[in-house]
Amino acid sequence: MSHSGINIFFEGSNFVRLLHGLLVSAEIAFVAIILGAILGIILGALRTTKSRIVRFILRIYLEFFRIVPTVVLLFLFYYILPKNFNLNLSAEVVATLVFALWMAAEMSDIVRSGLISVPKHQTDAGKAIGLNPVQLFRYITLPQSLKLMIPATINLTSRVIKTTSLLLLISVMDVINVGQQIIEANQQQYQNGAFWVYGLIFILYFILCYPLSLWEKHMARKEAAIQNG
Amino acid sequence: MKKKLFKFVLAIATAFTLISVLPAATATAHADTNNSSVSAIKKRGTIKVAVFGDLPPYGWVNKAGTRKGYDIALAKQIGKDLGVKVKYVQVNADSRVDALNSNKVDIVLANFTVTDERKQVIDFANPYMKVAIGVVSKKSNPITKESQLNGKKLIVNKGTTAETYFESKKNITVQKYDSKTQQFNALKNGRASALADDNSYLFAWVKNHKNYEVGIKTLGPSQYIAPGIKKGNTSLLNWTNKEVKKLTKDGFFETDYKNNLKQYFGSDIKASDIVLAKDYDFSK
Repeated sequence: MSHSGINIFFEGSNFVRLLHGLLVSAEIAFVAIILGAILGIILGALRTTKSRIVRFILRIYLEFFRIVPTVVLLFLFYYILPKNFNLNLSAEVVATLVFALWMAAEMSDIVRSGLISVPKHQTDAGKAIGLNPVQLFRYITLPQSLKLMIPATINLTSRVIKTTSLLLLISVMDVINVGQQIIEANQQQYQNGAFWVYGLIFILYFILCYPLSLWEKHMARKEAAIQNG
Repeated sequence: MKKKLFKFVLAIATAFTLISVLPAATATAHADTNNSSVSAIKKRGTIKVAVFGDLPPYGWVNKAGTRKGYDIALAKQIGKDLGVKVKYVQVNADSRVDALNSNKVDIVLANFTVTDERKQVIDFANPYMKVAIGVVSKKSNPITKESQLNGKKLIVNKGTTAETYFESKKNITVQKYDSKTQQFNALKNGRASALADDNSYLFAWVKNHKNYEVGIKTLGPSQYIAPGIKKGNTSLLNWTNKEVKKLTKDGFFETDYKNNLKQYFGSDIKASDIVLAKDYDFSK
C-alpha cells in the first residue's frame, strides 16, 4: 500500500497530541517570559545603582545563567537539587522557574545597557526640576531606553521559546517529546515519519515566533516615525 | 546606607553557607523517611513509574495517545496488586538512574538492563526478561553455531554488547557500523555472512525480512531486564522481588509476551527466548 507520509498526522489523535504538546511548551515559555521580564527590569534597574556590592552580586547572577548551558540548568534544578534538599517540584514548575531565572538574568543586562545609554544631561535635567530617583526612572530613563531594549528583548524571547525544545530532557511532555513518541510508534508504517513530524514542529515553532518578529518591525517603524517627526 | 549594605552582604553570605551545609544536614535528617516505601505509596494512592515513550514494543504510545507495551503491562499489574493508581513519568535512557535518585519516580520499568556499574548506584529487583546476543544470517546459508563464524565476516553495531563480545575473537573479521540502519543495509547488500546484535532487536527485524533468520538466538553472557529501585528502599525492593517471582510463576509474563511482543517478532521466536521460565530460580 502506498501512502504519503503526511497521513501520519491523521492516524488516531496524533495531530491533536502534537498541538497539545505545543501548548505545554508555549505555556511554560509564556509564564517564564512574563515573570522573567518583570524580574529582569527590576534587576536591570538595580544594576545601575552606585552600590558596588549589589552590582557585583547581580553580575554573578547574570554570568551564572548566561554561561551555564540551559540543559545543565534544567538537570541541576530537576535532578540534582531535589536530591540534596528533599524538595520535589514538578517538571513543569522546574522548567518555568529555570526559564524565568534565565530570562531575568539576560533581561537585566539588556535593561542595564539601555538605561546607561540615556545621555547624562537628560537625568541632570530631570534632577534640576526636582524629580526623585523613582520619578527619574519612570519619566526620563525608562521611556528613552525602551526603544533600545525592544529588539534585544524580542530576540531573547524567541530564544526562550525555541529553547523549550530541551524540555523533553526533564520529562515534560512537550511538542518534541510527543513528536518522538509518534515517530517511533509509527516507524513500521511510516519510514520517513521523522521528516514529517519535525517538519510540522518547525512550522509550529515558526508560528509561535514569527509574530514577535513582526511586532518588533512594527515597533521599529513607529519609533522611526516619532524620531523623524 | 552603609549599614544596610553590610546587612545585605551578611545575608548573602549566610545564604551561601546554608546552601553548602544544608544538604548534609537534610540528608541525615531524611535518611529514614522513605518517600517510596510500600506504605508511603499506598498512603499516597499512586505509584510513580519511569517508562519509555518511544521504544515499541516495550514502552511506547499508540496513536490514540495511550501507553502500551511489555513494560507498561507490568506497571499496570504492579499498580493493581498494590491497589494504587499508576502515574507514568516518561524518561530517556540516560535519565533513568537520576529519576530514581532524585525521587521523581518510585520504580523504573524501562527496559532497564542489569549491569554491575548500575548496581553500584541503584538496586535491581528480580528480572522479568532476558536478552543476549543473537546472530542473524540468510535462511539459505544459515549460521547456527558460533564455530561456523570462523574465517567469516560479521557485522556489528558500535557500542553494543555484541561488539565487545566479538572483538576478542581472532578468527572472525568484525565489521563495525554506526547505526542500526547502516548495519542492516550492509547485511542485505551481502557485505558479510552474518550480523550480531541484541536478540530482541533481531527478533523484530526478521519479522519483516523473511529471507533471514536468527540462527543463533542466544550467545555470550545472558543479560537481564529488571525493575530499578532506589538504593536503600528495601521495603519496595522486597515487595517487587516477591511480586515478580509470583507473576513469573503465574505465567503473567508469557501472557504479556503474547499480548505485546509476539506480533512484533518473527514466527520462529518463542516466549521462552525472552521470558524467564516459570520455575526460574531467582536466588541465583
